[in-house]
Amino acid sequence: MPLTPPAEPDPEPKMNWASFYAVISGVNRHSTGIGRIWLSVLFIFRILVLVVAAESVWGDEKSGFTCNTQQPGCNSVCYDHFFPISHIRLWALQLILVSTPALLVAMHVAHRRHVDKRIYKLSGRTNPKDLEQIKSQKMKITGALWWTYVISLLFRVIFEVTFMYLFYMIYPGYKMIRLVKCDSYPCPNTVDCFVSRPTEKTVFTVFMLAVSGVCILLNIAEVVFLVGKVCSKHLHDAGDTSMGAWIQQKLRLL
Amino acid sequence: CLYLRTEWALSSGQGGSSVHTNAGRGPSPASSPPFSFSVSRARRVNPCSGRRSGSCCPSVRMSWPALYAQLVGANRHSTSLGKIWLSVLFVFRVMVLMVAAETVWGDEQSDFVCNTLQPGCENVCYDQFFPVSHIRLWCLQLVFVAAPTLLVSMYVAYRNHGDKKKLLENSSRTGFLSSRSPEEELEALKRRRLPITGPLWWTYFISVVAKLLIEVGFMYALHVVYDGFRMPRLVQCDQWPCPNLVDCFISRPTEKTIFTVFMATASSICMVLNGAELAYLVTKAITRSLCRKKDGTLTSREKTWRGTNERSPGSLRCCN
Repeated sequence: MPLTPPAEPDPEPKMNWASFYAVISGVNRHSTGIGRIWLSVLFIFRILVLVVAAESVWGDEKSGFTCNTQQPGCNSVCYDHFFPISHIRLWALQLILVSTPALLVAMHVAHRRHVDKRIYKLSGRTNPKDLEQIKSQKMKITGALWWTYVISLLFRVIFEVTFMYLFYMIYPGYKMIRLVKCDSYPCPNTVDCFVSRPTEKTVFTVFMLAVSGVCILLNIAEVVFLVGKVCSKHLHDAGDTSMGAWIQQKLRLL
Repeated sequence: CLYLRTEWALSSGQGGSSVHTNAGRGPSPASSPPFSFSVSRARRVNPCSGRRSGSCCPSVRMSWPALYAQLVGANRHSTSLGKIWLSVLFVFRVMVLMVAAETVWGDEQSDFVCNTLQPGCENVCYDQFFPVSHIRLWCLQLVFVAAPTLLVSMYVAYRNHGDKKKLLENSSRTGFLSSRSPEEELEALKRRRLPITGPLWWTYFISVVAKLLIEVGFMYALHVVYDGFRMPRLVQCDQWPCPNLVDCFISRPTEKTIFTVFMATASSICMVLNGAELAYLVTKAITRSLCRKKDGTLTSREKTWRGTNERSPGSLRCCN
């Protein structure tokens, strides 16, 4: 059995995010243009930054957390009191949960393809080329798929906002402080505890927050775009009715 | 280092396997694909970085993408609920385990601190309160839960093998009967999706029951070993060689509690999906047998055609 030297510090998390990317990017084909931009922003500015930079900043968060006492256990207890859950884990959970609604859309597309295949077969067309074409054609975002897509977008926004709120609750002001004072048992009295790399952590927290805000805006823009598309389609179809013509006339005057 | 770093690779690309234990070397002959198992001595991994002690880092690392590749192949013959179950398993359990939980538990032994200088006391107390780490329990749970699906893919492979032999015998005996060449027929055989009827139904049913029992078993084991899903901050220990009752402090207890609850919730969702899948399979079987009674006048040729060509027998279609 060959003993291979470690190639790089930890390739496993990158590999796992890479396989996650492979799963999620399959949905990309059925997204709108804004949806594809959102996916790129997610992977470049959030997952990549998390894996390449943020994880090494938070790598020594516990070992570098030092309290001004020799009392065994005081360090652990104070760390646990001020950091119930680390930023890195919260961001990883946020990214996983925010990407999950896209899988809903993928399942709906797969279901629709399955139904289309059955219809083809029942109508007698069993040419393998036709069936392959069904697999590769891009689905139009209409009907029930439109509703699934919009619901998935709304869920994304809800998850993002929830996590931003959680961050705010656990780490007020999104700022990482240099010094915390702790008096939990077994610390003998109020001891000073020092956080490692507070400024760097604040910079990354603000960056990830800003990108999260951009993603929320992109999702809202996508919802508005989809709703606008449907409304304009309806107006166009209703153009020959008197109401539709009246609305179109008013819109032209604006 | 007290622990071994174990690498499991469930892919046929891996070569032979050999097993080295801490006590001595005992290489075993290469196992047949798709399973191969190799154990290497401990080496530094990322959770060790920045640690004061600088000791070796024990961890069990799975080649999860290889397992995913195996299971996705079996996924084609699953029901829709089975496919949802697989997505929940990989996104909410395997991903979270690999990306987040392993780093939280990375320093569980090195940062387990007891209020004493007595050598050996920390080791003994850690061993008493953590007989099996959460991470290892979850890894084992995920591996065991994924195993019954491989049963289904083995059965499908066996069936395809039998059909392939029949096809080759027929084409060699009687020449070309259909418009397609034997290669195309074989390809179609490989790509076809078998309907979940007959022995495949029983295999699938047993695999889902096994998954459910394994999930329940592991949840119960976790609850019993750790007395609930909560991780306390402080434990008191008086095992020899600790001089008297000492306080021992666990590292990151709140974060560990959060992840334990999260994984327990994901496990419960999977159990609910398995239960729903069982109910669906049983309902489908009952409606199919009712339809069969009504269609009792079908000729045997029509029955055979229906048995091999039905994509997904609708619940009441055959009764129309």
